[in-house]
Amino acid sequence: MAAIPWGVMAILLPLAGAMACFLSPRRASPLGLITALGVVACAAGLGWQVAEQGAQRYAIGGWGAPLGIDLYADGLSLLMLMVTAVVGLGISVYSSGYFNREKAVNFWPLWMFLWSALNALFLSADIFNLYVTLELLGLAAVALVALAGGADALTGAMRYLLVSLLGSLAYLLGVALLYHSFGCLDIALLAERMEPSPAVMAAMGLMSAGLLLKTALFPLHFWLPPAHASAPAPVSALLSALVVKASFYILLRLWLDVFPVTAAGLGQLLGLLGAAAVLWGGLQALRQTRLKMLIAYSTVAQLGYLFLAFPLGSNVAWQGALYLLLSHALAKAAMFMAAGNILCFGGHDRIADLDRVAQRLPLSLAAFGLAGVSIMGLPPSGGFIAKWLLLEAAMRSGQWWWVIILILGGLLAAAYVFKVIGYAFTQAVMTHEARAVPATMEWAALVLALVAILLGLVAPWPLALMEIGLPFGGEAAG
Amino acid sequence: MSHVFLYALVGTGLFTLGLYALIVHTHLLRKILAINVMGSGVFLVLVALAARARGAAPDPVPHAMVITGIVVAVSATALALALMVRVRAETGRAELSEERPE
Repeated sequence: MAAIPWGVMAILLPLAGAMACFLSPRRASPLGLITALGVVACAAGLGWQVAEQGAQRYAIGGWGAPLGIDLYADGLSLLMLMVTAVVGLGISVYSSGYFNREKAVNFWPLWMFLWSALNALFLSADIFNLYVTLELLGLAAVALVALAGGADALTGAMRYLLVSLLGSLAYLLGVALLYHSFGCLDIALLAERMEPSPAVMAAMGLMSAGLLLKTALFPLHFWLPPAHASAPAPVSALLSALVVKASFYILLRLWLDVFPVTAAGLGQLLGLLGAAAVLWGGLQALRQTRLKMLIAYSTVAQLGYLFLAFPLGSNVAWQGALYLLLSHALAKAAMFMAAGNILCFGGHDRIADLDRVAQRLPLSLAAFGLAGVSIMGLPPSGGFIAKWLLLEAAMRSGQWWWVIILILGGLLAAAYVFKVIGYAFTQAVMTHEARAVPATMEWAALVLALVAILLGLVAPWPLALMEIGLPFGGEAAG
Repeated sequence: MSHVFLYALVGTGLFTLGLYALIVHTHLLRKILAINVMGSGVFLVLVALAARARGAAPDPVPHAMVITGIVVAVSATALALALMVRVRAETGRAELSEERPE
């Protein structure tokens, strides 16, 4: 049977959709929604292909590595692609209700470009292609932040752009050193030829630093809260849910496949920074008076958990980190959408003046609460499974101190989620005019939050997908 | 190999110089220029390291990477300049405002 290159279509379709939305601005919304459905179908097709036939490699134009560009899909890329598809569809549905006609004209092409860049990034098999997709992603993301207009969003976007370019250039310098050392760019070939040398160490430092800056690991997180909080709601959702994960994905790939495992000390350092991020992000989230800033700091904290896997380094730990990434993507998108509904409804997002949102926007508040369950890591959510895996990995390797961080982080998350929910039930001193929120926006948030919970109930299925192509190395499973 | 090494070293120097300027200058135009100097430094390293052996034709792959990199740099600079103009129109200053309490 002739294999359909689903992966290639997952990149080309949003690209074509972006052009269509750009050329036909009056029909941007329906065109965007149709494209979103198509991309979901591509992701499902690729999922079926990978599950049936194992990891897929596709040589673009038939050239093949080392000269050509390869696309590669294993369990890790597939799961990233699928969560992007689910969150992307949710964001598309939400956006069709959120933007007025004038803003929608600009939003849809940029969002489709961003989606295309994300899919290309997750499927790229060589480090230079990863650089190009990282830049495409960054430029589209910055333009989307600036879409909100106003001084806050524009300075947030500008800071984001400078940080993003700085990170990419550090990464590119690392690519130059690696290419000079080994004469190839393909990740699999690099892994074969890899041997430690000072140049490799320098490349590893540069690339890691660049990617950590883009992933906003504490203390390099300073740009994230203003950029994520000042963007329009669907943009905040896709930035927090997907865009920061893209640079983490590259770091994970490089760490697992390319770099020599001699850097145990660096792993401990990343773990420590991650732990600091969990605590600092949680405390800052608790201090915020604006809902969107609170959620943005919660992202800083949740990104910290991902780095707890680096000092542990076992199969279970990587699975836990990836599971956290997936459930956080869904839950955080739902949270930002719910916050967007509240903002749209009351015209502000001051937490103290939420004024009985629970009665007046029950679906959105339910979405916020359910997403909060996953963020806190309560059973039966996806966040629970993730933290359970990380906990198991920490106990098994005897590094029990990470368990304390996991528990403290969960408590802090509970504190800031309940702070919001508490104010949502009480009557505020200042009442305000309320505007109706389209039903699609409420349901999009709620469905994504439900999927985040569902992820905890169907855990064996994503865990089995993660094993395809053995992205975490060939050690004994479990 | 020595002159190749020299070029690569100059490239690294440019990168560092750009990084320094990016951090110390507050005006956005200077920051954007600093990013471009950093980019040129990386491109210089790439081009210099393409010469693998003395006398032999240089490796074309890094050149292709530099061309792609230049395309990316041009678009990024265009976006940055456009944003800077908007920031100036909105806030009256082409600078990133200091962190505000909110």
